Amino acid sequence: MSGLEDLYREILLDHYRNPRHRGELEVPPAVRAEGFNPLCGDEVIVYVDVGADDVVQAVAIGGQGCSISQSSASMMAAGIRGRPVAEVRRLVRAFKSMMSIHSHEIGGEAEDDDEGGGLDPDDMKLGDLEALRGVVKFPVRIKCATLSWNTLVQALDETAHP
Amino acid sequence: MSASLPPAIKDDFPLLSRSVHGRPIVYLDSAATSQKPRAVLDAMAVYYATVNANVHRGAYEIAAQATEAMEGARRAVARFVNAASANEIVFTKNVTEAINLVARSWGGANLGPGDAVLVTEMEHHANIVPWHIMAAERGFELRWIPLTPDGRLDLENLDRLLDGVKLVGCTAMSNVLGTLNPIRRLADAAHGAGALLLVDAAQYVPHLPTDVQALGADFLGFTGHKMCGPTGIGVLWARAELLDAMPPFLGGGEMILDVRKDGFLPNEIPHKFEAGTPPIAEIVGLGAAVEYLSGLGMDRVREHEVSLTAYALRTLSERYGDDLVVHGPPEPAARGGVLSMAYRDVHPHDVSQVLDQHGVCVRAGHHCAKPLMRQLGVGATARASLYVYNDESDIDALADALAEAGELFAW
Ligand SMILES: Cc1ncc(COP(=O)(O)O)c(C=O)c1O
Repeated sequence: MSGLEDLYREILLDHYRNPRHRGELEVPPAVRAEGFNPLCGDEVIVYVDVGADDVVQAVAIGGQGCSISQSSASMMAAGIRGRPVAEVRRLVRAFKSMMSIHSHEIGGEAEDDDEGGGLDPDDMKLGDLEALRGVVKFPVRIKCATLSWNTLVQALDETAHP
Repeated sequence: MSASLPPAIKDDFPLLSRSVHGRPIVYLDSAATSQKPRAVLDAMAVYYATVNANVHRGAYEIAAQATEAMEGARRAVARFVNAASANEIVFTKNVTEAINLVARSWGGANLGPGDAVLVTEMEHHANIVPWHIMAAERGFELRWIPLTPDGRLDLENLDRLLDGVKLVGCTAMSNVLGTLNPIRRLADAAHGAGALLLVDAAQYVPHLPTDVQALGADFLGFTGHKMCGPTGIGVLWARAELLDAMPPFLGGGEMILDVRKDGFLPNEIPHKFEAGTPPIAEIVGLGAAVEYLSGLGMDRVREHEVSLTAYALRTLSERYGDDLVVHGPPEPAARGGVLSMAYRDVHPHDVSQVLDQHGVCVRAGHHCAKPLMRQLGVGATARASLYVYNDESDIDALADALAEAGELFAW
């Protein structure tokens, strides 16, 4: 069952067991966005509170779903708090590039990733998020991993300070 | 071994000899689509290799043979569900299109403000969304039959619910709960209230002997790919006088008697509802599928599935006790072989992922029944569903593979 170990890494299971920043934020000042994965019924609610200085002050995650969607949302929340929105958007691009089957196929393993997937040149540190890299080998689960990220972008687009 | 289907039945289905992730495939997703026996694959290949021509409009030999192949399949389907006449069998793309046809054509002509359509909370989206669309257009009310906690229709207030209803829409067997619904009783109640009954039989016709006349329905739809047939072909059965009175659905070739610059005359039924070149090879395949199932005997198919469902419920309960819940009625005789499982708090998508590594194919998701999922209070289930080719070894493989999901997500 080697494939499963690639998918269900320990860090990922830890975020699934102990999700970070679960809850709700008051709207406003926060913005709320909902995302659905019609394939498996996953549902993610992302609250972000962006301050006047364009820094993510607070983030909270609601909803329910599988280990991949929930751990991805938890890692995302942990990774974006306290960061300027522009940097968060670059992180989103870097993450989605890692999740792109296209770049994975072109680059084989790791290093060529920035060729096909449009990864931002000033590379982002993905940290714990690297644990989700194995998802690319399970194409139907990519949507689970990217759900919270797409929902985050929706929320950021709705904030007064882009 | 259960019942009296031939033990070597798996050999009839070429796909079932393949492996997945290095293991023999264990196919438990027939509620989504069934596998196809060689008889069906051959019938379609032979049709294309030796008969292929467009139907109805050619005087030459193979065009006549193609037409006969198609109309012969229509007669076979009519016999299979005991329709009064082959003219009552309308070929559609799938059951979804069959229901849309009724909603558009019959609904467009008969429903308006002050009317209501009554459906159940266990419907597939195919028997919900067409009514939402038409309700928004025509201004009628969409009303719901609620469920009991064990996943049956709650018919206590049926008489009150039927007030002002012109059509009742109900699935004959739930694709999530496996519940077999009391169609005859609903037909009588609907007719008593001056309403018609439409039955979504997508999960019924493949699994139980079907007699549309005895069921008492007015419209009944089913879909070829869930009953050993190909994709791209479904059936609407309706009583001839209803079809005669209904306006056409799609317009084009085949469905006309005459076309002038100022209008057209529709064809006779069933052709009135079959615009354009039909999926002839798929119709031939469906004909072969009903012959195959008739050869097995639908009584025996049902018997096999009841005893296999009983074995599955027993095995899962012995192995997993309260850790594993199967939604829907507990008695095998009251349900079909659809096992929607909740396994501890492991997410269904993770369950199916782990099972896949063992070659076990089950479906995780909302199964196109979101109102029902909300009613059950779950976002998704992992669903194993049985058919003629499944046996106890498949259930044992499912039960074994579940153990790894339990280990991986144990905390
Ligand atoms: C009860 C029920 N109705 C309708 C459908 C839709 O079938 P199709 O997609 O072939 O139209 C299905 C299967 O998906 C079903 O199980």
